[in-house]
Amino acid sequence: MSKKTIDKLLTFGMVIAAFIVCQVMIANGAMSRSLRGQLIPICVYIVMAVSLNLTVGISGELSLGHAGFMSVGAFSGVVMAMWLKNGLGVSNTLICLSAALVTGGLFAGIAGVLIGIPVLRLRGDYLAIVTLAFGEIIRNVMNCIYISIEGSSLHFGFVNPKLPGKLLVNGPAGATGVAKMSTFVMGFVLVMITLLVVLNLIDSRSGRAIMAIRDSRIAAESVGLNVTKYKMMAFVTSAVLAGMAGALYGLNFSTITASKFKFDTSILVLVFVVLGGIGNIRGSIIAATLLTVLPELLRAFSDYRMLVYAIVLILVMLATNNPTLRTFFSGLKPGKKSSAAKEGKQ
Amino acid sequence: MTLFLSYLINGISLGSVYAIIALGYTMVYGIAKMLNFAHGDVIMVGAYVSFCAIQYLNLPPWVSVILAMILCTALGVIIEGLAYKPLRQAPSLAVLITAIGMSYLLQNSALLIWGANPKSFPSVVNIGNISLLDGRLLITGVTIVTILANIVIMVALTLFTGRTKMGKAMRAVSEDKGAAELMGINVNTTISVTFAIGSALAAVAGVLLCSAYPTLMPTTGSMPGIKAFTAAVFGGIGSIPGAMIGGILLGIIEILGKAYISTELGDAFVFAVLIIVLLFRPSGLFGKNVREKV
Amino acid sequence: MKKLIIAALCLAMIAMTALASADAIKIGGSGPLTGPAADYGISVKNGAEIAVEEINAKAGETVIELNFQDDEHDPEKAINAFNDVLDWGAQMIAGTVTTSPCIAVGAQAFEDRVFMLTPSASSVDVIADKDNVYQVCFTDPAQGAASADYISGHKLATKVAVIYNNADAYSTGIYQTFEGAAAEKGLELVYIGTFTDDTTDFSVQVTGAKEAGAELVFLPIYYTPASMILQQAKNMDYAPIFFGVDGLDGILSIEGFDTSLAEGVMLLTPFSADATDDLTVNFVKTYTEKFGTVPSQFAADAYDTVYALYNASVKAGITAETKAEEACDKLIAAFQELEMTGLTGTMTWDSTGAVTKTPTAVIIKDGAYVGADVQ
Repeated sequence: MSKKTIDKLLTFGMVIAAFIVCQVMIANGAMSRSLRGQLIPICVYIVMAVSLNLTVGISGELSLGHAGFMSVGAFSGVVMAMWLKNGLGVSNTLICLSAALVTGGLFAGIAGVLIGIPVLRLRGDYLAIVTLAFGEIIRNVMNCIYISIEGSSLHFGFVNPKLPGKLLVNGPAGATGVAKMSTFVMGFVLVMITLLVVLNLIDSRSGRAIMAIRDSRIAAESVGLNVTKYKMMAFVTSAVLAGMAGALYGLNFSTITASKFKFDTSILVLVFVVLGGIGNIRGSIIAATLLTVLPELLRAFSDYRMLVYAIVLILVMLATNNPTLRTFFSGLKPGKKSSAAKEGKQ
Repeated sequence: MTLFLSYLINGISLGSVYAIIALGYTMVYGIAKMLNFAHGDVIMVGAYVSFCAIQYLNLPPWVSVILAMILCTALGVIIEGLAYKPLRQAPSLAVLITAIGMSYLLQNSALLIWGANPKSFPSVVNIGNISLLDGRLLITGVTIVTILANIVIMVALTLFTGRTKMGKAMRAVSEDKGAAELMGINVNTTISVTFAIGSALAAVAGVLLCSAYPTLMPTTGSMPGIKAFTAAVFGGIGSIPGAMIGGILLGIIEILGKAYISTELGDAFVFAVLIIVLLFRPSGLFGKNVREKV
Repeated sequence: MKKLIIAALCLAMIAMTALASADAIKIGGSGPLTGPAADYGISVKNGAEIAVEEINAKAGETVIELNFQDDEHDPEKAINAFNDVLDWGAQMIAGTVTTSPCIAVGAQAFEDRVFMLTPSASSVDVIADKDNVYQVCFTDPAQGAASADYISGHKLATKVAVIYNNADAYSTGIYQTFEGAAAEKGLELVYIGTFTDDTTDFSVQVTGAKEAGAELVFLPIYYTPASMILQQAKNMDYAPIFFGVDGLDGILSIEGFDTSLAEGVMLLTPFSADATDDLTVNFVKTYTEKFGTVPSQFAADAYDTVYALYNASVKAGITAETKAEEACDKLIAAFQELEMTGLTGTMTWDSTGAVTKTPTAVIIKDGAYVGADVQ
């Protein structure tokens, strides 16, 4: 087996092992309620982080609006699931949930294409600010959307309409009365799908093209790579996965509001990616898990909780970028030396 | 027509506040090449310092502004030294995350020090309002002062970066850090000075922001910070006149969008205009279009 | 990196072993203690703490305990906080403070059979379809309808403008019923302006109301944006009647606020810190001494919440040993019969979980509240 395959298997193995450990702990009642309640959000954030890593790490475009795709996925997924359940009378939760994930992915993908066309023409910080702008536009528009269900038909409205039937999405109040359908098993499945898609994409011909464009756009163009196509491929894949994560997230709480998916959430996911190592998929998984659990573990600090969180964040950034510590860590793992040096240069 | 003019004036008032924040942003970005997300929070600290000076120490407003500038400069230099300087060689995203961490830190420290309940900022501007057309058009004193402050700061910054030795060093660092170092410029000192200036400007911006819109909370700086960042990009980030024009245009667009399109979608409209402008001018209104070298 | 994080986590774990007393009834709660909505959460926490201390002081021993956690005004964090307090051993929940987290936690509490009494989450969605979620505050529709009633009943105005926060469930909820009720009562809505949480400039909305010739501006919003609207209206020499709801309470205690701006503002509120009854005077005194600020209606609602939970628990015979599920059924029964006079008036509850109490209209005069009907 090549080193790459081993690396890939290690990532899958880690996720599967963590899943089995969690399941055993739940079965034995050894897991606290608090941790059990965080399992699905953890899965969601892992998918968000891995998918953003595809844009930021692999494709090299800084995106500050990833939560926008999550928002599109969450709302479309929730509406789909509730329409199936209440409108068409589908009682099987698994079918509703799966349909919701597919719908969420689809709509986020469409949003990804629409946004990708203008965004990918830009470079660097200008690209970043435009993704931020799109994230804010999505949030603002979502605040004005009203969807109601009457019998088996859906009604759509914009800015304070009068809709017949029961409101599913009530503008700024968001979707309320959503049936909780998400399960940890589905979360695990989604993480596995994400890993399969992303890791295989990276290893494929297309993936190499994407990375070549990241490293030198001009060189890639000169050998005849279609820059727009490959950038779009990474961007839209990332959007679809974020949309699916959004659907899973939306169906885990009985309410979602557009204001949840603001700039701060995009930044939070970016923090996972950077902390886990740009372009390092396994790192994203670990960072997303730890940083989701961390604020809960800091509850003992009561009033100082978020202050401590901020300090931990800064210290970790300083420590991981400290040249002395870096050489120390890369000395522990002989294979990692080259990659650490590469990251430093970026 | 009068109504349109009055919206326009309101837009300029809002825009002048964005502009003054954007000037600080663009200064730091232009030289240090980093998105300082904590800038909005330094603004908030500046406003709190000035508030305390006026409210508790009964100092005259202008003294409170100077005090805020001194403390913010110190804060800016400390933040830079502790959190950003060790990351000079690190990837730019690492610095971005540290800046975000710093932003959380400042917000939560402010929450612990000053509490969550909002404070109403006393206006530091005591010149009167100007009313035109029998009082149907009104320009507030704060707007006049903010615009004047903008012009003064813009001219001063342009002269500083163009004429002084330190200013020239800054421009050299911004062009090429390595080459600047080879020419005997102390890159670290130059960047620290940039942060000091940026933070002093943030203090002024904080005082003027809260004089115009008097609610002061630990999160006061964050949204104006993002809007001002947008304004800086709009004008062409790194360009000093660009930041000012970008800020004022953004304010006008926001107010007119809210007035004539819909208050619900006002913010979406601002960002949509930004996107369209960037599509036609990918480096902002006044930004330099850098040629890529092969 | 991993090592550092793990070390930090271990430290946190060691510090985390919270101690709960053996014979006290345990009340859990959550609200935003950080972030933009922190003001509301902290007020609730402070008000609830005063009630707990009072009850324990009267009993001479620790009979109730409160564990109030931060939820950052985020449903996800609120669920985490809820799970956290249940791990601690909470038997009932005083919370949550804000609407959307409350809907999420309410659904979870319904599933887990834990009784919940929210001091301030006022949307009807909070109590809808759940037999174990109760409110201390009015529901939003009740406030919207009561405001329209009051405005038309007292002939305050016929041309009305509304400025509300369309990114906020509370504000939108009141506006939606107000709109319907206003039409019935013959009030003409001449201008509707909206804003979002991040808005600082209200000039468009105020200009709109002024140009439309509104005699009264209805503000179903919280006091922070309202203070800015008053300031900007004054800049424009626009002086209609401003009419608010309970969210406006607290405007006079903003530090540094020029109270002359609020002169003549009317609001419907169940609590005012200037009331002269003993209960309010004592509460305001203790609160101000302890926390250095004047309590808002959030603090008052929280104080009543703790008392209601305690009174109902005593009545239902709940002790420290009662399981949360059992306490839930007992409390549901007890609340049907509970009648309690607290800071926010005399309250009774029906089986939907909504509270019945009378709002009073107050008007701000010389920087203080005056009963509007008395003047």
